[in-house]
Amino acid sequence: MKKIEAIIKPFKVEDVKHALTKIGVQGMTITEVKGFGRQKGHTEVYRGAEYKIDFLPKVKIELITTDNMVPQVIETIERSAKTGKIGDGKIFISPVEEVIRIRTGEHGKDAI
Amino acid sequence: MKKIPVLSLLISLFLAGAAFAQTAASPPPKVDSGDTSWLLISAALVMLMTPGLALFYGGMVRTKNVLGTIMYSFIALGVITVQWILYGYSLAFGPDIGHVIGNLKWAGLSGVGLDPFPGYAATVPHQAFMIFQMMFAVITPALITGAFAERFKFKTYLVFLILWATFVYDPLAHWVWGIGGWIRDLGGLDFAGGLVVHISAGVAALVVGKRKGYGDELMPPHNLTMTLLGAGILWFGWFGFNGGSAVASGALATSAFVVTQISAATAALSWMIAEWAYKGNPTVLGAASGAVAGLATITPASGFVGPLAAIIIGLVAGALCYYAINLKNKFGYDDSLDVVGVHGVGSTWGVLATGLFASKAINAAGNNGLFFGNPSLLGIQALSILSVWIYSFAMTFIILKVLDWTMGLRVSEDQEISGLDISQHGEAGYSF
Repeated sequence: MKKIEAIIKPFKVEDVKHALTKIGVQGMTITEVKGFGRQKGHTEVYRGAEYKIDFLPKVKIELITTDNMVPQVIETIERSAKTGKIGDGKIFISPVEEVIRIRTGEHGKDAI
Repeated sequence: MKKIPVLSLLISLFLAGAAFAQTAASPPPKVDSGDTSWLLISAALVMLMTPGLALFYGGMVRTKNVLGTIMYSFIALGVITVQWILYGYSLAFGPDIGHVIGNLKWAGLSGVGLDPFPGYAATVPHQAFMIFQMMFAVITPALITGAFAERFKFKTYLVFLILWATFVYDPLAHWVWGIGGWIRDLGGLDFAGGLVVHISAGVAALVVGKRKGYGDELMPPHNLTMTLLGAGILWFGWFGFNGGSAVASGALATSAFVVTQISAATAALSWMIAEWAYKGNPTVLGAASGAVAGLATITPASGFVGPLAAIIIGLVAGALCYYAINLKNKFGYDDSLDVVGVHGVGSTWGVLATGLFASKAINAAGNNGLFFGNPSLLGIQALSILSVWIYSFAMTFIILKVLDWTMGLRVSEDQEISGLDISQHGEAGYSF
């Protein structure tokens, strides 16, 4: 099993969720985060004091999937989250040791 | 024999005439319901400015300090009300001692009843005048808190309120408005509190020391919608602040009301335009700040100048105060919410502008300014400004130093980091 984390632009959340559920992904978690990569921030001015805002609002989507689904999930996220403009985000994949469903106590693939 | 009845007749006519002349010469002061209702409404309008100020400031600080900031203003309503009733009103407006302070004859509002006191306001109950003036005394120290927002210890602040009201506000009010006050006797004109309120607060703002992280950390306003709401409430209340200072309902109140609106509007525009030109953006905070600057500036002049003068006064106020707050960065002091730049500088211009634009055609009880043929008023205004600047700065400095040595002014570094709300009040402004 793998954990897929994707940092995407906030307005793309619905598109990505819709595309993922279409290929059979049954659950995910999102967090509102701030971050920057190569995309520059902007400057805000309050009464003569300048504030350089580097950290921009993003959304992090986390989901767990079986190894064989990984390529499809990645391709789906890339396709639905992309705008072609700087700041589209990144996807990270990491191995997962165990998954448990709290309600039933199921383990492994049955818990995804 | 016939002369005696004629003589008696003449004597009785003379006595009757004298008696009639006595009653005609000093009629008992009559309460006018129009004047009284406008003054009471104005007192309520000025009261509303204190929570308005609380919101104006509250939106400009960081989330963790929003309640603490609001509380600085709100609690002044509690503390100063009591101080005013117990002895503040007497010190400010009571019988004069040496042209610098009132005595304690009216302590506890003794002698301050519901009959008019013609020396101040002949057509309203004395207590109506007293309660109107109370609201000014309440909001003035709250203004200062903009300068030391986000770092002043609440316990110390409560003591500061009492000391500042007693040793700065009450004397200054007496100098400018009290019968026998030296600035009033000199002919200094301050219709609604440019000297007494805005300059005194603006100057007091310089003593406390920078916020931790100032200059390095980002400290943008956390909720400008709150600030704009506060600005709108302040603007609304200011009609009572200036209009009510006519202490009567009618032509002068109307004139003050009108010039107040004009100055607020033109200053909002000129600040916005100045900022647009200088920094590239017309900000909402700038428009609101400009309006407040225009209001602070017209305050001393509001009962003495006409509409066209108000346009000029407001236009200058917006741009001037915008420039003044940018100087803050050059001089490196942390006047968190720009009390000095907006109120101190703005009102200084306002008191001077009174010396330029005052016209007896607007208010016969005032004077003419430079542009109406009387250069001497400008000198008197300048002298008044200088003495208020010096006295307010010196006395506030002493008060703050004494409080610093005894109680400590600032919260600890840890408390400043966790925020006033949690450290001073055990509360959180927001729990999403």
